[in-house]
Amino acid sequence: MIQAETQIRFLLNGAEIALSDVRPDETLLDWLRLSRALRGTKEGCAEGDCGACTVLVGRPTPDGLVYEGVNACIRFLGSLHGCHVVTVEHLKGEGGALHPVQQAMVDFHGSQCGFCTPGFVMSLYAMWMQDPDPSEAAVEKALQGNLCRCTGYEPIVKAARAISSYGTLEEDFLAAERTAVAERLAAIRAGGRVEVGTGKDRFVLPASVDDLAAVLEAEPMATIVAGSTDVGLWVTKFMRDIAPVVFIGHLGDLKTISERDGVLTIGAGVSYTDAFETLSRRIPAMGPLIDRIGGAQVRNMGTIGGNIANGSPIGDMPPPLIALGASVTLRKGGARRTIALEDFFVAYGKQDRQPGEFVEAVHVPVPSAETQFAAWKVTKRRDEDITAVLGAFTLSIEDGVVRAARIAYGGMAATPKRAKGVEAALVGQPWTLETVEAAMDVYPSDFQPISDMRASAEYRMLAARNLLKRFFLVHGGAEMPVTVSRERAA
Amino acid sequence: MNKHASPSLTAKTIVGGVASSQRHDSAHKHVTGQAVYIDDMPEPAGLLHAYLGLSTVPHAAIVSMDLSAVRAAPGVVDVLTGHDMPASNDISPTHRHDEPVLATDKVQFLGQPIFAVVAETREQARRACKLAKIEYAEEPFVTDILDLDRREGKLVTPPLTLKRGDAAAAIEAAPRRLKGTMQLGGQDHFYLEGHIAMAVPGEDMDVTLYSSTQHPSEVQHMVAQVLGVPSHAVTVEIRRMGGGFGGKETQGNQFAAIAAVAAKRHGRAVKIRPDRDDDMTATGKRHDFVIDYDVGFDDEGAILGVDYFFAARAGFSADLSGAVTDRALFHCDNTYYYPAVKAQSAPLYTNTVSNTAFRGFGGPQGIVGCERVIDEVAFALGKDPLEIRKRNFYGTTDRNVTPYHQTVEDNIIHRIVEELETGADYAGRRKAIAAFNAGSPVLKRGLALTPVKFGISFTATHFNQAGALVHVYADGSVHLNHGGTEMGQGLYVKIAQVVAEEFQIDIDQVKITATTTAKVPNTSATAASSGTDLNGMAAQAAARTIRQRLTDFAAEKYQVPTDQVVFLPNRVRVGNQEIAFGALTQQAYMARVQLSATGFYKTPKIHWDRDKGQGTPFYYFAYGAACAEVEIDTLTGETMVERVDILHETGRSLNKAIDIGQIEGGFIQGMGWLTTEELVWDGKGRLRTHAPSTYKIPLASDRPKIFNVTLADWPEAGEPTIHRSKAVGEPPFCLGIAVFHAISDAVASAADHRICPRLDAPATPERVLMAVERLKREAGA
Repeated sequence: MIQAETQIRFLLNGAEIALSDVRPDETLLDWLRLSRALRGTKEGCAEGDCGACTVLVGRPTPDGLVYEGVNACIRFLGSLHGCHVVTVEHLKGEGGALHPVQQAMVDFHGSQCGFCTPGFVMSLYAMWMQDPDPSEAAVEKALQGNLCRCTGYEPIVKAARAISSYGTLEEDFLAAERTAVAERLAAIRAGGRVEVGTGKDRFVLPASVDDLAAVLEAEPMATIVAGSTDVGLWVTKFMRDIAPVVFIGHLGDLKTISERDGVLTIGAGVSYTDAFETLSRRIPAMGPLIDRIGGAQVRNMGTIGGNIANGSPIGDMPPPLIALGASVTLRKGGARRTIALEDFFVAYGKQDRQPGEFVEAVHVPVPSAETQFAAWKVTKRRDEDITAVLGAFTLSIEDGVVRAARIAYGGMAATPKRAKGVEAALVGQPWTLETVEAAMDVYPSDFQPISDMRASAEYRMLAARNLLKRFFLVHGGAEMPVTVSRERAA
Repeated sequence: MNKHASPSLTAKTIVGGVASSQRHDSAHKHVTGQAVYIDDMPEPAGLLHAYLGLSTVPHAAIVSMDLSAVRAAPGVVDVLTGHDMPASNDISPTHRHDEPVLATDKVQFLGQPIFAVVAETREQARRACKLAKIEYAEEPFVTDILDLDRREGKLVTPPLTLKRGDAAAAIEAAPRRLKGTMQLGGQDHFYLEGHIAMAVPGEDMDVTLYSSTQHPSEVQHMVAQVLGVPSHAVTVEIRRMGGGFGGKETQGNQFAAIAAVAAKRHGRAVKIRPDRDDDMTATGKRHDFVIDYDVGFDDEGAILGVDYFFAARAGFSADLSGAVTDRALFHCDNTYYYPAVKAQSAPLYTNTVSNTAFRGFGGPQGIVGCERVIDEVAFALGKDPLEIRKRNFYGTTDRNVTPYHQTVEDNIIHRIVEELETGADYAGRRKAIAAFNAGSPVLKRGLALTPVKFGISFTATHFNQAGALVHVYADGSVHLNHGGTEMGQGLYVKIAQVVAEEFQIDIDQVKITATTTAKVPNTSATAASSGTDLNGMAAQAAARTIRQRLTDFAAEKYQVPTDQVVFLPNRVRVGNQEIAFGALTQQAYMARVQLSATGFYKTPKIHWDRDKGQGTPFYYFAYGAACAEVEIDTLTGETMVERVDILHETGRSLNKAIDIGQIEGGFIQGMGWLTTEELVWDGKGRLRTHAPSTYKIPLASDRPKIFNVTLADWPEAGEPTIHRSKAVGEPPFCLGIAVFHAISDAVASAADHRICPRLDAPATPERVLMAVERLKREAGA
């Protein structure tokens, strides 16, 4: 075996950092605040929901260096190897003046108590780098992961749209540093395995997917971490011992999306953000759904593979992928097996994954032109909320008759689950309201949802049934819109 | 204010005087991350960290407490229980002795602090808390007031009754009558900065506390009481909070007390900061209510008599529940005249965290109950609710006596509503929405226009006082201090504007300093929207004292009459010459003129006799109105706020930018309370919505798609308030009620507006859908 590197190395603002002593569950936020005394980055919730801790992480991609907003509170320090961490302290404008994002926020009265403000500044900065002339909708999307309790957001949105009147991307300080930063990061990322810590308390960044397989064979009980948008909470909220940790978020081989014979193969390390372009282009209904998963910071970190492997009954990817007939490839050592995604979910908290085995990729058939697909998520708050009910529908209708139906739900059972009774009630029947209403009565045979803080069982059942009716109205020629819409003008 | 420029000696006006849209004084520090919150302060060497151990059952006797494993955990220095409080284990803010620092013999809600671990690191303290072995003898518990007899249930503090006329007889005699009940949810403050305190021990009995509190004097008094030391031994300082909203009026006492006790025990500084989940579990929230109403009215919709019963979930102790439920009654009239009225409160004991102050302080709940009655009357008569609202408005010269017998003397609601109704094209949109709904089977639109009248003053009269301390240094720069705290609302900059105006100096010559009990004593909480009204007047008084001394000095030195000493921007004209302000102050110093002064203010006119339920508790009222249009999905209950128009008044605004920020932010917070923000306790008494993952405050994408906010430019305060401005903190919160009523209006379309939806709050998708289903059933039956 190649000798592993034993330091986590990355750039923090202008400085190169090399750490030999990194606790496997140490968060970036704690390290910034406690070890580096960089206290502009705030802790608001320690679970990736409020955005007060937002920092930028620059990482090399095939398209060059990309800076993304992430939640420092649930980002593990070790995962930053080979990255550039940019905190609010690093922002600057011309000649020591405020950065354009900061000046816009000041001029538009975008802060009141100010505690959330550094996080907003960083999220807006990330947005502006991608989109210097954002629409109101783009601003809202960029701010889904940032909570402000004082302003009501109006001045922040106005500031966000005015940033470019304070400066240009070309003049931006990070743009000026970009080439040098990319070179420094390339020098750090030599390509070998990185391993810090001793005994059980280790944080491992495998050199490759093959190396990952080897690491996991040796450490079958290790915690696999990709985006840490859930595992982060195991640490910050439940104080669970997750060591040893095997990080996979840096593995380029797991970050690929390819299409062959009408099937998309998405590597387990592909983030929601990275998947968005392909998925929303090839399966348009997936775009608006992905936009409602977490905020930008969570989508930048979280992966589709992680959403599957995690096994949650309220993950937002499994229901649509099951409805689309997706399969998942699991790998242990050199052995791979591919199973239907729905079979991966065995019971609450139990998946068909052996110790040492990992999710390598998910394969998603692109619906044919004749197939109707939709997926809708129902939540208390539209954006950045966890699913109460999520329904996904793939129906083939020929000559007014339902030829095939795959319907899956989240939030309705202990696992993401197909509505097989409902499907059976539809297949072979004419695609009419009568058929749909008859099928709506079948739901209790498929699902017995629970009541919790997100919704009552009664509501879940009613909303689940009504989503089928919505699907019929949308794909049955309703004349009026049937869903409330942020985009449609008031 | 980050660069110090020499003041202009030729300017026509100063920079940053009153009635200017001065930015927040810390704006540039907010955006750069340089604004220091307590957790950002440099830590004294040897700092220890404390963390709270919380009960895991809602109601029980503590049989035994085995903390040996906690004490043995890595890094643990000390474990405190209620028995370790040196003098008193009591932090009841209303002195009812019902709120321990740490519970000793019994616990009364799940999440009640029982012990505190002190350790070398916060993480060590937090982890050690999990090792406690506490044996409980569980007792029956109640979390939901719907499970109680609301008329007979145990109260945490005496209730209030307001009466004017014979409501029962008026209702009985009225041509029409109806009764109903409404459930109205609570609200977590969700200040972005959670509770935190840091105690630094001093010599003798002394301790200095940095506490994220809206009420430094109360923290001082509570810490002194717990330690058994005079108030002079305890200094409490707060430069800024990361949000307060009422959640830091009393709730910071506990954290401060524990930090102080630990600091004195060990002679080391101690910091305590709960995790967000523990903060939300262990600190109080807005009171949720169940409101019973019985109203008599005529065929035109004039209310003749009304009877309200406002039952509130107070939690396990009184805290501020008495004053909060009082204020609910004070607002059960909103903008409407009741010929006869009876209103009662019931602050009910429950095994939940003790509910507390929250922006509006019961007022919004009173208004929501009142507006429900208006809706009921409108539906009963088949009329537009706005027509019923206008029909019942207070008069300006008659029909203007409130249920608490105060005469409304400054009523401007007619003009406010008329201008908003026209400006927002209420009538035209009402028709357009009817047409839209007729053609849209699934999506339904709703429209509502609701007014607000909000009473300004603490109803506890003695809180309506404030002090300030102003120093003018020899170079003419000014040090400003007052009893108000800054939680984001822009109080500091407004007061600095007032002082700059008095001295006619640019605002960057006025140094804003942290609130501390060492400079201004015996202060009131920064609450009840009163911060600027009270502290502005106090600071103005202090500045005027110094200005008068400067005037007298200049008149004497230059041998001119005092009326020839005129303060011009950054200079003083004395006779025929102009002297830079800083030059005059230098001369005054050399002549041994005292350039430091305190200022004091107490609100005139107000008085309140709670036993009689009569008086003039409010100095004046603030007014506003909002018109909201929403769309709902009758298949899922999802909602979208399409448009909101607001017209609100703050008298002659001291700072329009700050005031509009308060209006917009208050509106969104009020909207969140009534839509997405839901507190859920489970069958075991555990709060299940205790973090942003489960408790959903509004996001940027929940804003109205079209949001027109106008500050009425014509009103001015009828009373001599600070520059004739009016308070703005709480009133706009109540504007969010328009969204709730617009949702209700949309729901009503499911039954062709023939049935009052009786929507409960918050109007989550679930409640909206269930209401739609119920209306469809009732309409079909």
